[in-house]
Amino acid sequence: MVKRMSNCTSCNCNCSKNLPEDLVKIFEKYAKKRENVIPLLQDVQEKYGYLSKENLISISEYLNVPTSNVYGVATFYNQFRLVPLGKHIIRVCRGTACHVKGSLKILEKLESELKIKAGETTEDGLFSLETVACVGACSIAPVITIDEEFYGRLQAKDVTALVEKYEKSN
Amino acid sequence: METLNIVDQKVNININGDNVSVSKGTTILEAANQSGINIPTLCHLKKCTPTGACRICVVEVEGARTLVASCTNPVAEGMKIKTHSNRVIDARKTILELMIANHPMDCLKCDRSGFCSLQSLSEEYGITEVPYQGKKRHNPIDLSSPSIVRDADKCILCGKCVKVCEQIQTVNAIEFTKRGFESVVAPSFDCSLGESNCINCGQCIMVCPTGALTEKGAIEDVRAALKDPAKVVVVQPAPAIRVTIGEAMGMEPGAISTGKMVTALKKLGFNQVFDTDFAADLTIMEEGSELVHRVTNNGVLPLMSSCSPGWIKFVEHFYPSLIPNLSTCKSPHQMLGAVIKSYWAKKAGVDPKDIYVVSIMPCTAKKFEAQRPELENDGLRDVDAVLTTRELTKLFKTSGINFSKLEETDFDSPLGLASGAGDIFAASGGVMEAALRSAYFLITGEELENIDFTGVRGLDGVKEATVNVKGLDVKIAVASSLGQARKLMDKVVSGEADYHFIEIMTCAGGCIAGGGQPLNTDIDRIKARLKSIYAIDAKKELRKSHKNADVQKLYEEFLGKPLSEVSHKLLHTHYHQRELS
Repeated sequence: MVKRMSNCTSCNCNCSKNLPEDLVKIFEKYAKKRENVIPLLQDVQEKYGYLSKENLISISEYLNVPTSNVYGVATFYNQFRLVPLGKHIIRVCRGTACHVKGSLKILEKLESELKIKAGETTEDGLFSLETVACVGACSIAPVITIDEEFYGRLQAKDVTALVEKYEKSN
Repeated sequence: METLNIVDQKVNININGDNVSVSKGTTILEAANQSGINIPTLCHLKKCTPTGACRICVVEVEGARTLVASCTNPVAEGMKIKTHSNRVIDARKTILELMIANHPMDCLKCDRSGFCSLQSLSEEYGITEVPYQGKKRHNPIDLSSPSIVRDADKCILCGKCVKVCEQIQTVNAIEFTKRGFESVVAPSFDCSLGESNCINCGQCIMVCPTGALTEKGAIEDVRAALKDPAKVVVVQPAPAIRVTIGEAMGMEPGAISTGKMVTALKKLGFNQVFDTDFAADLTIMEEGSELVHRVTNNGVLPLMSSCSPGWIKFVEHFYPSLIPNLSTCKSPHQMLGAVIKSYWAKKAGVDPKDIYVVSIMPCTAKKFEAQRPELENDGLRDVDAVLTTRELTKLFKTSGINFSKLEETDFDSPLGLASGAGDIFAASGGVMEAALRSAYFLITGEELENIDFTGVRGLDGVKEATVNVKGLDVKIAVASSLGQARKLMDKVVSGEADYHFIEIMTCAGGCIAGGGQPLNTDIDRIKARLKSIYAIDAKKELRKSHKNADVQKLYEEFLGKPLSEVSHKLLHTHYHQRELS
């Protein structure tokens, strides 16, 4: 639960004091209207990389829209992230060619190795795991990318060493 | 005027072969209901925005490409509607089968069994097998709240709880979160209901069509206390119980069953059956004196009633700047608990530690209230357990009580005598009317002749009045439901309103429509209960709290006078600001 005292809602002042300057700059672009929930969420995520609880609450207070509504919208759309992305982003290609070449096994191996599901970030913030439809490298299927690097013709047994390499590089 | 024409405009339609004429803007669902046709609904909630979420109300409209949801579609001129064609019935059956496919289907051990809309529709539509193998959800059951249990696996995502919390109560404790199969109605940020802004009113339980939202039960605690020979178990039913327990036990809605209820409670083995209405009279003495004191000493005004614990938590979360306006009086059942464990314990020669006080309440928020740390005296809880009307019904049924056949018994003395003013606490406006009957005496020392303040009665959202007390215009306001309360509070905060006294009830209509009352409560039942409550009052000789001889005796023998030191210790409390989650 986020610790927050409710002075603001009772006086309806929507106090923006103590807010980070970046956030205030974003808020200034938008009228205090319900329909601005999504554009504000997008801008705040673009600035900070994700939507923190504190920022979601600030958005709700600024727009005078209940936090429950803002949280509902933020969890509804796939484009919004409520946790920061990991330092390294692993993308597993689940396109047709990679699927035929066994990408599911690679995904499952990564999930068990990192102890997270696709779409999640490890607790230490080192890795985020995502699936993508095609990375345009079907000739080396099955393929995964880690940050900007491509790893093709991969087998599930290669995954452990690959993850370790990135862990060690930190 | 053009607008007047629109109001009068009629639309001619044909429903199931009958030509009918209905007002423009009527939905197909409403038009069918007006024609005596029942269309099943699971997500429809009167006074709230229709969403067409559950699809069970679909009907066939001639010329329409698909079946349409009757709750969201308004009628149009010449529309031909079939509400129960084979196509419609087959579609409803499929919709039900799909809902059930994801459902735990544990009806035998579900708290809602017998009152579940999904269960009864399945029965109506003859569903005996489920053709689809649906994925099951495995959300943890949220037991964090002292009042409400949330089992998301049983939720069919109809959204009625969200609507009532958002649109009627304006609390916004829960909302649809995530999407698709992952969708779950929950508080924000994965926090539990106990940590959320939830004010425990239980109106979400009242509208839930399944067992996803139920009360936190205390039946087993009470049964254990009743079995314990070392415990002196004392019970007190709230004002509203006497007009709903009969209904819950199979009598007609609004049946006045005070005497039968006392008999039944005695049969369960309670040592003493006292009346919360006695403490309602006591509350009037304290709160009335508080009002007089504030008015004559430039105290914080408006004074706001403190009987409804959902409302108290609402102020603590949303209007902390108005906490000083709240009456410091504990709610009646908490007062009675404190009096039982002090005054009565001494009188009866019982060690207060051996006393177990059970309150029968129309309310789930009372369960939360009874657990508030500040509501105790010398380390003993004022109230040990709270049962709702529904739980008492179960307890009566388990104990084989044939309620309607019971003889009538009086409450035990000396905490069982109540005035009509105490009885009407059950309805919105009742606390105000009771207070006015006595405040006049407390201010002027004279008795009021006409004591029926009909202006504050009834089910309207906000009621206002000005009462002249010997030259002083006392301005009052009464509101029920927190949405209505919020409107009033915004006026108080802005300084637009200059009332002396405000009564707020958390639930629309007051305790007769509380979140602990029998399920499937509709407006006709609430009206019947309302009528009965005022009938109880009208029939009594004793109709003013300050005339209650046993309350007078309590002051003479123990408390001294209202707002005395003993009163403050036992009958008053304090509140604190709460965070918003």
